[in-house]
Amino acid sequence: MEHLLNLLIKAIFVENVIFAFFLGMCSFLAVSKKIKTAFGLGLAVIFVMVLTTPLNYLVLTYLLKEGALSWIHPALAKVDLTFLAFILFISVIAGAVQIVEMVVEKFTPALYNSLGIFLPLITVNCSILGTSLFMQEREYNFVETAVFSLGSGIGFFLAIVLLAAIRERLRYANVPEPLQGLGLAMIITGLMGMAFLSFSGIQL
Amino acid sequence: MAVETAPAPVIEKQKKEPLFSKKNIRTLRDPLDDNNPITVQVLGICSALAVTVQVKPALIMALGVTFVAAFSNLIISLLRHSIPTRVRIIVQLIVIATLVTIVDQVLRAYMFDVSKKLSVFVGLIITNCIIMGRLEAFALANKPWPSFLDGIGNGVGYGLILVVVAVFREVLGSGTLLGYQVIPQWLYDMGYENNGLMVLPPAALFIIGLYIWAQRSWNKKLVNVS
Repeated sequence: MEHLLNLLIKAIFVENVIFAFFLGMCSFLAVSKKIKTAFGLGLAVIFVMVLTTPLNYLVLTYLLKEGALSWIHPALAKVDLTFLAFILFISVIAGAVQIVEMVVEKFTPALYNSLGIFLPLITVNCSILGTSLFMQEREYNFVETAVFSLGSGIGFFLAIVLLAAIRERLRYANVPEPLQGLGLAMIITGLMGMAFLSFSGIQL
Repeated sequence: MAVETAPAPVIEKQKKEPLFSKKNIRTLRDPLDDNNPITVQVLGICSALAVTVQVKPALIMALGVTFVAAFSNLIISLLRHSIPTRVRIIVQLIVIATLVTIVDQVLRAYMFDVSKKLSVFVGLIITNCIIMGRLEAFALANKPWPSFLDGIGNGVGYGLILVVVAVFREVLGSGTLLGYQVIPQWLYDMGYENNGLMVLPPAALFIIGLYIWAQRSWNKKLVNVS
C-alpha cells in the first residue's frame, strides 16, 4: 500500500509529466491561456490517461510480450510481438478517445460542449502515449500501472491549471514585445520546473 | 535529325515544374526561420526539450524526425485522394507509427546505447505534433515532391533548434561537445565549475525561451504570432 502511495506521489510531483519529461507540452502551451479551458483539458487528460494506460497494459501482457500468446496455443509461446507496441498503443488510444467522445456526447452534452475540440486532440497529446511507453519500459504490474496513470494525469492537470493561472495574471504585465506570449510562457514553465525539482527525493 | 529533336525537351521542361523551382526552395527553407516548427508553429516541443542534454542524442533524434516527417508526408501525399476524410487521423497515425517502428528497430540494432538514452522519445515521434501538423496542413493538399521537401525542411528546422539547445546545454553543463572535452582543464583548476542547472530539464525551456526572444527581436514580423 505504502509502495503504491509512494508511486502516486512520485508520478504527480517528483516525475511530473510536464516538468520532468516535457510530455504534452504542445497542448500545455496552447491551451493554457485561460483557467477554465485549462481545467477542462486537464480533466479530460486524467480520464483518458486512466482509461488507456491499463488497457495498453493488458494489450502488452496478453498479446505482445514474448510468450504472451501462449493462452491461445502452446505453440505460440515463443512469439515476441513487442515491435508492434507503437502501432497497437496508438490505435488503442485513438480508439478509446473516439469512444469516450461518442459516449460523452450522447450522455452528457454539457460536458461535451465544454470540452469541445480538446477531446479529439488528446489522441496526439504526447503525455498519454508517453505514460504507456513508460509503463512498458519500467515493467509495472497492473495495479502499479493504474496508480501510475492516475498520478501522471493529476500531474498534468495540476501543471496546466497552475500555468494558466500565472498567464492570466501576466496579461497585465509590461513585458518586452518580442518576449510576450510563447517566449515568456517557456521561461515561466522553466521556473515552475525548478520549483517542482525541489520535490525530488521525497519519499513516504 | 538534331534540328528536329532539339525543341521537344524544351517544351516539356516548360510544362513541368523544375525539381527545385523557387516555390520548392521556399518550401524547403521557410521552416528554418520564418516558419520554424518549434519557435513559430509551437509544434513538437515535448521531445525537443527532453533529448537535448547532449548533442549526440539530439542529432540522432533530429535525423529520425526528419526521416519520418519526409516519408510520412510523401506517403500521405500519394494517398491523399483515396483517404476518406473521416478516418484520416487513424490512417495518418498508422503510417507514422510504421515509419517510427522502422526508426526504432534500426536504432536498437545499430546504436543501442543511443536508443537507451532516447528511451521513450523515439516512440513519441508518433505523437510529435510536427509530423501530424505538417500532414494536415501540407501533405493533404499538395503534390508528393513539394510535400517531401516540406517534410525535410520541417525536420531540419526542428533539428536546428535541437542542436542549438543541445550545444549550449552540453558545453555549459558538462564542459564537453559530442563527448570531447572542450573546456580546458586549467579553467577548472582556476575554480571554474560546470553549471549544474544546464543538465536539469528547466534549462532547455530557458534556452528556447531566450532563443524565441532573440529570434523575434531580429525578425519583427514574428512578434505576436502566438
